[in-house]
Amino acid sequence: MRRSLLFIPADSPAMMQNADVFDADAIIFDLEDAVLPAEKDAALSLLDQYLQAYPLSATEIMVRINPLDSPYAERDLKQVVSDQIDTIVLPKADVNALKRLDAILAKLETSTGMTKTIKVIALIETPSAVLDAPSIAQAPRVDGLLLGGEDLATSLEVERTSQGMEILLARSLLVLAAKAKGIDAIDTPYVNSRDLDGLGHDARGAKGLGMNAKSCIHPNQVETVNLCFSPTASEIAYAQKIIALKETHGKGVFAVDGKMVDAPVLKRAERLLQKARHWNLVKP
Amino acid sequence: MKTNVLNRLVPDGCKPFQGAKTYRSMTHQVMPEVKTTNTNKVIHDIGKLFDRLDIQDGMTLSFHHHLREGDAVLNMVLAEIKTRKLQNLTLAPSAIFPVHAPLAGLIESGQVTTLYTNYLNGPVSDVVTAGKLKGLLVMDTHGGRPRAIESGELKIDIAFIAVPACDKHGNGNGIEGPNACGVLGYPICDMRHARIKVAVTDHLTDAIKNGEIVSDYIDHVLVVDKIGDARHIVSGTTRPTHDPVQLKIASNTIRLIESLGMIKEGMSFQTGAGGTSLAVAQHLKQRMIALGVKGSFASGGITGFLVDMLENGLFERLHDVQCFDLKAVESYRNNARHLFMDASAYANPHHPDPVVNGLDIVILGATEVDLDFNVNVTTDSYHNIIGGSGGHADTAYGAKLAIITTNLVKTRIPIITDKVTTITTPGESIDAIVTERGIAIHPKRTDLIDKLKGSSLPIMTIEALRQKALSITGTPEPVKHSDDVVGIVRYRDGTIIDCLYRKEEHAR
Repeated sequence: MRRSLLFIPADSPAMMQNADVFDADAIIFDLEDAVLPAEKDAALSLLDQYLQAYPLSATEIMVRINPLDSPYAERDLKQVVSDQIDTIVLPKADVNALKRLDAILAKLETSTGMTKTIKVIALIETPSAVLDAPSIAQAPRVDGLLLGGEDLATSLEVERTSQGMEILLARSLLVLAAKAKGIDAIDTPYVNSRDLDGLGHDARGAKGLGMNAKSCIHPNQVETVNLCFSPTASEIAYAQKIIALKETHGKGVFAVDGKMVDAPVLKRAERLLQKARHWNLVKP
Repeated sequence: MKTNVLNRLVPDGCKPFQGAKTYRSMTHQVMPEVKTTNTNKVIHDIGKLFDRLDIQDGMTLSFHHHLREGDAVLNMVLAEIKTRKLQNLTLAPSAIFPVHAPLAGLIESGQVTTLYTNYLNGPVSDVVTAGKLKGLLVMDTHGGRPRAIESGELKIDIAFIAVPACDKHGNGNGIEGPNACGVLGYPICDMRHARIKVAVTDHLTDAIKNGEIVSDYIDHVLVVDKIGDARHIVSGTTRPTHDPVQLKIASNTIRLIESLGMIKEGMSFQTGAGGTSLAVAQHLKQRMIALGVKGSFASGGITGFLVDMLENGLFERLHDVQCFDLKAVESYRNNARHLFMDASAYANPHHPDPVVNGLDIVILGATEVDLDFNVNVTTDSYHNIIGGSGGHADTAYGAKLAIITTNLVKTRIPIITDKVTTITTPGESIDAIVTERGIAIHPKRTDLIDKLKGSSLPIMTIEALRQKALSITGTPEPVKHSDDVVGIVRYRDGTIIDCLYRKEEHAR
């Protein structure tokens, strides 16, 4: 269950030291865009040693490797795939790359005697990947689609705007593809790290389209994103009321505050309370 | 040497610290104030002033630190001391900064042999830590200094008081003139009790209104070209931090205060300058606005940020002992709710009603905290003197909720230690430690612990917090010091809470 995924450059010891203190649901250690080609070897070595030695608190650990068709990707995987990580974030994802990644991961899991199965987040950042999102979502291991809005805008030859109309369709298609498989729809990061009001506005818009999480490029963004994608106190209270009345009525359909409650509404309430409990938003 | 109640060594002949409340049973005398009979006060030459004062070897001279890094008065006097080859002097500046580097030379030459101060960093701390001061460094708190002066324990022969605007009679203030630095809260006890008082000014005027410096006490008015540069009075940073770890600490701090139900109507609050402190103030401002709360007062050294809160109606008044930036100076000049507070009214334990005793919440820093919640803000882990109490021990004692905010790990050193290098503030005065990875509540504050039951805050024991730090850093080797005592740290009641030792030469 994710709301916030925080990118941390894998060549920054100072940021890595505190990566797990910001309450992000997942940390993405970045070996790709955040690291210059000349620093790739050093970053990989640093990340490897860090993962072996550093006592990270309970949070999902992800690594964004370099694109699978780059000279770095296989070495990235060989070095970092272990029980210390949970998920690989694959840039420039397409169906063929995901199949290749699955095969490489399976081989590494077996050869290293790992106890867990690595999951994959597919980064949707090209027009063809947007159009192919339903197939990408169905690829093996994929349990989240992450929109890369900046790269997509570059391909579309448009400027990114605060309204985000230029990626509206991409956001919607990604949400539909992810939700059709029942996996996470993860929104593109908001690149102005000083503008928390703008971030909140952007995140609420994405949530309104069906995104259930958002990536963050700065630790200061995590709190705003978590707040946006968490159930509110009034939503929790309403869901609790629905569940309580369901047990009283013992019927499939009933009314709460004059509004009809049937199976889909019940399911939504149960799901919301499940999230609220997961994030400690409901007092025991 | 004997030990005090915190098991720290105390030099023979000194009173050991027995507990924060012990002062209540101590007898405290206040010496008569010393007024002047001099009428011809103005003098334009420091050399002639020294001749007139007949300054001799072995005297005690005092100064205040309101001009901070912009101060030129202490150095001006030091130059005259050097020229005249005066020996064996005791200096009592309320704080010493890097700008006072010439003092290091006079310590090495043996002309200055004893220091009394509340805060010390820069080249002077280096020579003291190296054991070059022949006598002792005595470190007081902001409340302990006026206590020592008014009781006659610290006898001042001559007080040199930098006064940004002064008339020929010796009435003066800090809000006018080219080097206006605002409130002059620290030299008031010197003005009342020193044997001779010299107002040093670069702005002689006939139009002094509401001056804190009063002609009845002032013997001489020394007019100089420049008392300093008020642009350098800024303390630390004046903007909230953008550092995500410090913002996380600030956020945890405000969540803690709110969980304890202490963001409420009439609340009082103090924090210092510096990024994390201002971030706490910023978060507090947001929550006070959201909750519709109006506080009674904020106090201490005042920043422009607290001025904003005053002007936005979030506090009724400010009690200001020292302006930390020029916006605070401007506010003190123009806003009737921005009030003067002298150091004794601020923090003297024997004052009938010091402002610190009315504080609900104080936010303080630390260079180390130990498992007994004792706090060090005087030395680093290598025994270098890097600061001092200032108002730390005073406000921690007085406030209902004293919170230490600190990174759990700084430059690979765990901040929670088994035993702090130097005790500045006793653990009994500290209620909570807030870090980016967890919050520890003093086990004696069972009332706070009960209120926080069921909270989603990361509350844990201080031992657990220490273990978290060690899991990141490993256990550092302790840094040894020599047995030579170079200074003493006095608690606000004048008892000795700890000693300062000469640093071993191979230590960093």
